[in-house]
Amino acid sequence: MQRPEYTPGPVVRKKGQLYDHPEKDIEKIRLTIDGREVEAEKGMNILEAARLAGIEIPSLCYLRHINEIGSCRVCLVEVEIKGAKTLQASCVYPVTEGLVVHTSSPRVRRVRKTMVELLLSDHYRECTTCIRNLNCELQNVADNLGIRNIKYTGEMKSLQVQNENSFIIRDYNKCIKCRRCEAICSKVQEVNVYSALNRGYDTVIAPAFMQDLSAVACITCGQCVIACPTASLTEKECVESVWEALEDPDKFVVVQTAPSIQVTLGEVFGYEVGTVVTGKLVTALRRLAFDRVFATDFTADLTIMEEAHELLERLDGHGKLPLLSSCSPGWVKFAEHFYPEFLENLSTCKSPHEMFGALTKTYFAEKEGLDPKKIVVVAIMPCTAKKFEASRPEMGTGEFKDVDWVLTTRELARMIRQAGINFHDLLDEEYDIPMGIASGAGAIFGSTGGVIEAAVRTAYYLTSGQEMDLLDYEELRGFSGLKEVWIELKGRKIKVAVAHGTGNARVMMERLKAGEQFDYVEIMACPGGCVGGGGQPIFGTREHKEISLDYRHNRADALDRIDFSKELRRAHENPAVKKIYEEFLGHPLSDMSKKLLHTYYTPRGKAPGLNLGGIKGSHAGHVKENMPPHDTQYMPQE
Amino acid sequence: MKVKNTEDLREIKDEFFPLIKQRMGYSNGLGITQVLVCSGTACSSAESQDFRLELERELDRRNLRDNVRVFKTGCFGFCQHGPIIMVHPGEVFYSKVRPEDVKEFVETHLISGRVVERLLYQNNGQKANNIEDINFFKAQKRIVLRNCGVIDPEEIGEYIARDGYFALADIILNKKPAEIIDRINKSGLRGRGGAGFPTGLKWELAAGQNVSPKYVLCNGDEGDPGAFMDRSILEGDPHSILEAMTVAGYCIGAAQGYIYVRAEYPIAVERLETAIDQAREYGLLGKNLFGTSFDFDIGLRLGAGAFVCGEETALLHSVMGQRGEPRPRPPYPAQEGLWGKPTLISNVETYANIPVILREGWEWYKGHGTSSSKGSKVFSLAGKINNTGLIEVPMGTSLRTIVFDIGGGIPGGKKFKAVQTGGPSGGCIPEKYLELPIDYESLKEIGSMMGSGGMIVMDEENCMVDIARFYVEFTQDESCGRCTPCRVGTKRLLEILKRITEGKGEMEDLELLEKLAFDIRDASLCGLGQTAPNPVISTMRYFKEEYIAHIRDKTCPAGVCKALLDFTIDEAKCAACGLCAKVCAAGAITGAGGQPYRIDPDKCLKCAACVAKCPKKAITKGVRKEAVNIAETGIHTGTGSQEERAAL
Repeated sequence: MQRPEYTPGPVVRKKGQLYDHPEKDIEKIRLTIDGREVEAEKGMNILEAARLAGIEIPSLCYLRHINEIGSCRVCLVEVEIKGAKTLQASCVYPVTEGLVVHTSSPRVRRVRKTMVELLLSDHYRECTTCIRNLNCELQNVADNLGIRNIKYTGEMKSLQVQNENSFIIRDYNKCIKCRRCEAICSKVQEVNVYSALNRGYDTVIAPAFMQDLSAVACITCGQCVIACPTASLTEKECVESVWEALEDPDKFVVVQTAPSIQVTLGEVFGYEVGTVVTGKLVTALRRLAFDRVFATDFTADLTIMEEAHELLERLDGHGKLPLLSSCSPGWVKFAEHFYPEFLENLSTCKSPHEMFGALTKTYFAEKEGLDPKKIVVVAIMPCTAKKFEASRPEMGTGEFKDVDWVLTTRELARMIRQAGINFHDLLDEEYDIPMGIASGAGAIFGSTGGVIEAAVRTAYYLTSGQEMDLLDYEELRGFSGLKEVWIELKGRKIKVAVAHGTGNARVMMERLKAGEQFDYVEIMACPGGCVGGGGQPIFGTREHKEISLDYRHNRADALDRIDFSKELRRAHENPAVKKIYEEFLGHPLSDMSKKLLHTYYTPRGKAPGLNLGGIKGSHAGHVKENMPPHDTQYMPQE
Repeated sequence: MKVKNTEDLREIKDEFFPLIKQRMGYSNGLGITQVLVCSGTACSSAESQDFRLELERELDRRNLRDNVRVFKTGCFGFCQHGPIIMVHPGEVFYSKVRPEDVKEFVETHLISGRVVERLLYQNNGQKANNIEDINFFKAQKRIVLRNCGVIDPEEIGEYIARDGYFALADIILNKKPAEIIDRINKSGLRGRGGAGFPTGLKWELAAGQNVSPKYVLCNGDEGDPGAFMDRSILEGDPHSILEAMTVAGYCIGAAQGYIYVRAEYPIAVERLETAIDQAREYGLLGKNLFGTSFDFDIGLRLGAGAFVCGEETALLHSVMGQRGEPRPRPPYPAQEGLWGKPTLISNVETYANIPVILREGWEWYKGHGTSSSKGSKVFSLAGKINNTGLIEVPMGTSLRTIVFDIGGGIPGGKKFKAVQTGGPSGGCIPEKYLELPIDYESLKEIGSMMGSGGMIVMDEENCMVDIARFYVEFTQDESCGRCTPCRVGTKRLLEILKRITEGKGEMEDLELLEKLAFDIRDASLCGLGQTAPNPVISTMRYFKEEYIAHIRDKTCPAGVCKALLDFTIDEAKCAACGLCAKVCAAGAITGAGGQPYRIDPDKCLKCAACVAKCPKKAITKGVRKEAVNIAETGIHTGTGSQEERAAL
């Protein structure tokens, strides 16, 4: 079944605008690049015009519409214009009619090379053991320019690697000051964690006073990690710990995969963006010797059941409206930092992977006759925020954590490689039963608009006793920053909205603050939802690298295809979900549900851990693995 | 009172004009004596204000206040010989006055009517009775500085008495913006901030933007080491800047202006605050100027000490409260400046030219200068020169006139080596170009630039490699850190230069230095980075032999680079007193009573403390005659005998 084209919603945002490219009659401009006359659109820069014409100009700091500051000086070109003696950064130079540009003159090549040599002269080069080896933009550019030795040597940065938190590691010694992290954090996410400190050679791009990310109002979304061209920002890797668990004969290791993993993992192994690799994913996990391979989609269905009931309860006057979704831990932390007055509006539902963990160590353990303390729950997530979420003390009982280890898509891919598994040759296998059964509703959790659509499907059934004819709310999907729609429910019209990217979330929250009425709002921290998550594959070597941002459409389409292809498209129809209510939980919002599947939130303030100590020491103790069992920085404030 | 028209201004002028008249050398019929005390930063640091207060007290004691009036005034420019006072009538020019001199001054000059010979400046032994007799002032042409040293900068009436604000009144009441922009265009005025962009064109560009609001911005972030032109203008004639900015506001259609001035200029800031208050009080700033619908006000913004904020786009960020970092252009500030609105940015000195052009006419202004650069230029003379200070000369004046006639040549009979213009962004000009008439183009041709007007003179005791190192150290420290070539490139440039000055350079370093310098120039984002290598490029061009001496011969011909120096004790002169050994912090000097002392070159830190202490002047710092280090072995040749060296 072919889905109709999405129609973009109204353009809400201008600043840091990502996805809204309303088709207009754009003026065409003709210019000459390297002796070829090419056509470009008005408002484009030389770099884009050249790429459109098939001429690759190397760049490092450039991120279309997000970071256009011309700071790395790698994309320099020669422009024939009166008075222009210096080379121009093509990423910020607008095209004009009749412009003559040389992108590969001897002078350009020479200066570009010097720029990259200078960057490398202050870069902690440990390529062979670096987490971004063979997937690093700096490495790629250096290779493309044929740099064989670095003529300019001298002092190098020697700052301590910041790895005190459980989600993101900052290695200042690998930073090339492209400031993409700063741009994405301030312009897209509007969290403003990073800015330039000091000046000249001592410049660092860092949180205030060079504090650890755990000490500032970081929402842990990991967009900065995706934006980073080198390994200056990386996820806190837990691969070794998972191997240890797998090797331990006493441990029963259960793995769950988030809905979006099945559409993004393939990219790492060379599949087209948007290829569904569910079967291979399951097989690979079995080959890695996980004892059970389950799908988080299952608890996504469960989340829908709980959240739909919560919505109906609140619509009946029990609790605050609008109900704000809570399945994106980045967004939850954003709310805790910046909108504590709305914490009561947040759904009390844990995010699906935490529900999964809680049920694995109770329901599943009981059923299988296992000691919950011996069960290790590993979650494969598109997300760095889930690493932080798993370390929250409220996520678990005194005896166990709901989820023991969270791996990003990238980390799973590394494990598959480490095990020598040829991903292409894998046969398709099915998830284990019972917690591997999921509806299409669970799958679309992975992209923006999916949660609300899935919940509405169920809420509609719960209130009318009938299934909705039209299963898809087109208005809620697509990549418009903010979407709103009226839905007929329970004999009344409710207003629902969807926002993704915390920059858009901020707009939404300000509207709520101003008194606008909504009933149900879904918010995802990452632009595009989980398909654009901070734990998704990074493309450091693609020729047309636009990081993962522009691939989100394809990934989301793939999730929609999964939904379409399923017989089971509504959460409440999921037999495994029905069964768990019958056997264990009773009914949605039961006492047992509330104990295991729901949580509470903590206001955190905008400067949670102001500590002026800053960074000290040398490069000693480079990157340490193994996160602490609980992140003590995050004990809730009483 | 609120000034409504030219008549109101004339009334104020009439009140203050007699004072000015006398200062211009005419009789004013008031029968008073005026004492002008220079109150610029240089003279104030030399206690000119103490002199003034003491003078006032003395006048009170002697009941002379009715006959003698004391005024603060702006910089005369003769800073080397400050504090300066000037007495009218007679235009008697006293230099280096001390508070202790007050009594004598009052008794001799004010009471007995005789000149205090002792306090007069001497031109080569000849006493100069008044300002015209002083060589320093002879070749100068004061256009921009016309009011400095003439008026009291804290009294708006005196500025009006010098025809200030008349042009503004006439323009707002009778003229169209286009007409004025045309005049500026025709005058040939170019930006005095460094690059020399035609000012009229900039106004035209800003005026042509169909956006509101617009802003007028004055760049007073003068950061070049040794430059103080803008400071002196702001201290001596703040109203000229306010008037020019208001005219600019009228011409481009702006209602708000900002002056960005360094916080390190407290006197300038204070005078500007006073001037703005007075202008507001007189209705020359604020709403409905001269009863028209035109509003214009000016705010002050203080810079927090970043050199890069003098770059216009960095300055914009700083004014808006953001990190002072440049951004790529286009869009130019005239298109998108403060808060994304069209903004006219000019340097202090550029603005200071505007009122004169409007008053005297563009034809008159165009009569000064060279074919491409019109008018005059203010320079601050510093370095190895007899008369450090502030000067103003017509464009096209030769360097020789400036250095030798106005500046009085090199002190101590030393030999002239080079003059650095344009601050850290400029280059070093060698002796062979001394006859060159200076303007924007000629300086650029020889690898330097006009810059904002700093001029530092160097003599034979300056090491050009060390000079290049000094400037690169400055720019690399002041780099904002945004773009790669400036952030890392200047650092590497500095490291190479340091290697050379420490005697660790190799001949390949020269090639590397040159390549890197040109690449930084080609690749940098803003003017700071693009011009940062200029001191290196120009010294390598004109003084390459000094680089080679450092690298190949391991000597510093000028005797500056410490690592290449040897401190030796002249055994014949040494009195064996042991003072040198006592003062030596490194314990490098040994000796015993009766025997000449010796310095161990391995331990010597070259601090020169012993040189200062030696009563017999027996210790000399000398240039190493021979190569010192053989690789890193620590074996020193040149310290042993001929035979020993041969054995190595």
